[in-house]
Amino acid sequence: MAEQGLGGIAVRNLYKIFGADPAAYVDAVRNGLTKTELNDAHGHVLGLRDINLDIKSGCIQVIMGLSGSGKSTLIRHINRLIDPTAGEVLVDGVDVVKMNKDELRNFRRHQTAMVFQKFALLPHRSVLDNTVFGLEVQGIGRSKAIDVAMRWLERVGLKGFEHRYPNQLSGGMQQRVGLARALSNDAPVLLMDEAYSALDPLIRMDMQSVLLDIQNEIKKTIVFITHDLDEALRLGDQIAILRDGEVIQQGTSQDIVLRPADQYVANFVKEVNRGRVVQVEAIMAPLRSRTGGEQPTIPANVTIEEAIRALVSAPDGDVTVVDPSGKPVGTVSFRLLAGAMVNSREVEHRSFDAPAIVA
Amino acid sequence: MEWFYKFPHMDDDALRNLKKAIDEGFRAFTRAYGDTIESMFSPLQSFLLAADRFMTQTPWPIITAIILTIAWFASRSVKIVLSCLITLLLIGYFDMWTDTMRTVAMIFVCTVLSIAVGLPIGILMARSNGVKRVVNPILDVMQTMPSFVYLIPVVMLLGIGRVPGLIAVVIYAIPPMIRLTDLGIRLVDKDVLEAADAFGTSETQKLFKVQLPLALPTIMAGINQTIMMALAMVVVASMIGVQGLGQPVLKAIANQYFTLGMFNGLAIVGIAIIFDRVSQAYGKRLQKHREIVHG
Repeated sequence: MAEQGLGGIAVRNLYKIFGADPAAYVDAVRNGLTKTELNDAHGHVLGLRDINLDIKSGCIQVIMGLSGSGKSTLIRHINRLIDPTAGEVLVDGVDVVKMNKDELRNFRRHQTAMVFQKFALLPHRSVLDNTVFGLEVQGIGRSKAIDVAMRWLERVGLKGFEHRYPNQLSGGMQQRVGLARALSNDAPVLLMDEAYSALDPLIRMDMQSVLLDIQNEIKKTIVFITHDLDEALRLGDQIAILRDGEVIQQGTSQDIVLRPADQYVANFVKEVNRGRVVQVEAIMAPLRSRTGGEQPTIPANVTIEEAIRALVSAPDGDVTVVDPSGKPVGTVSFRLLAGAMVNSREVEHRSFDAPAIVA
Repeated sequence: MEWFYKFPHMDDDALRNLKKAIDEGFRAFTRAYGDTIESMFSPLQSFLLAADRFMTQTPWPIITAIILTIAWFASRSVKIVLSCLITLLLIGYFDMWTDTMRTVAMIFVCTVLSIAVGLPIGILMARSNGVKRVVNPILDVMQTMPSFVYLIPVVMLLGIGRVPGLIAVVIYAIPPMIRLTDLGIRLVDKDVLEAADAFGTSETQKLFKVQLPLALPTIMAGINQTIMMALAMVVVASMIGVQGLGQPVLKAIANQYFTLGMFNGLAIVGIAIIFDRVSQAYGKRLQKHREIVHG
């Protein structure tokens, strides 16, 4: 379980080259051979280049990228469904790349569980039998496995469906089975490979809530792959953006939205609903000297949207932003909040000018 | 210019000597190992005899009931069970019951043997392209070589009787079993296999919990084909002493008994249809959960 104090996941200098003789080109790629050059000159495909990631225990790390960016390749290195060309993948301090067959099998049985984009359920097994699959593979007794599986099926909202077959369920429900199957393993690391990409937007939102809800209880280390920035921002404690096999930015959702590392990320971020992501702290005006104590206050870590909701019922004028200890740290006005929502130039400047407040 | 009009062939004497040498070699092999090989097949002989005895000595109402029960559990279709009943009653009424039961026993043993040998070979083939490269041409030979040709060495080795007949039938009928087992396993969804790997399945677990169950409908199609091909061999096998519906047909050919040949031929068709419909219905039921119900 997560409480056993898993050391998190660390990916170090990971390279993946696809082709007949990948090892021969690692050094060339290290020395700056580009993806296109590698493909044109040597017929090899660069999957991942020099990936370094630190994923803290109990956090949701989102890896975001468009198709072909290497995100699904990257997540498969964590349980070594794909072998890297070079580099280390440390899970709880142990290098997955150096494991032998038996160690790897045990690692996959007990340390990781995975949810797949196409669900990958066993069509000949009922929902319940699909859910016990991981436990069955571990060699856990049937009755105990069923207890665990039933608990998780109930938790993901599939009580009463346990004797149905996957083809009788909708996509959303099938993915709930996939999630229950992974959670039943009770592994500290949960790998979710575009788990919600095949679902309708509404069902996707619903499943995101289910995941966040459950994560509050279980505190697993979750690696979540997506191509949807909204999903990334909603779920991720940390987000890494991948492009052409390289990480181009890492950080919290606020970092990504407020300080996109390059034009590529900026283009993504443009369409985002900033009100749901950016916190008041990031856009507030500096404290003015003559602030009176009578003004209404608002915590620094609420989002713009929540702040506006609170301000609708408050009297006109500035509102004082307070840090968790109650100390005033700045002020916001309705106009400032509304401006930040619609992504005005001025606000962007302000947030760039005052980086210290978004530590 | 003679070589242009007449294909230049091996010297007549050399060719004769070559054939003679091969024949003598094989005859020597038969003399040396014939008995050993025959005794190796003696368990098969007892199995065949037991099946034969069971089918011919059990009173016909019991056999009919057993066949109908199997048909029901495999197909869950009243229509199929009823057609089985009518076919069996007609066969019995036209006095072909014992011969039919002999043939059914033979087909049963042949199918069991084909599955027992074919399934593991099919699995090996699916797991290794090397094995596939070796086995495939052998299967091609088995399927296209005229069956009379391989009857010769089988009869030389084992003489005339049930076991050589059985072997000849199996050689003819086993290729679809092997090919479709291989195909079924190779067609298993890659995503599901990856999921199995991600959950840490061992090779055995993967085979029995994922690959074989998912390949089962295709394997069932292979078994169905094997049964059909075994039935097609019944008459040929009767030439080397296999009892059953083939022998009356053989007699009819030799003596131009039109009706005798027709009746027994129709009896073979009748049981072929029973086997086919029942095994196909079973295969379909296995697929029940695979069809996509929701869009």
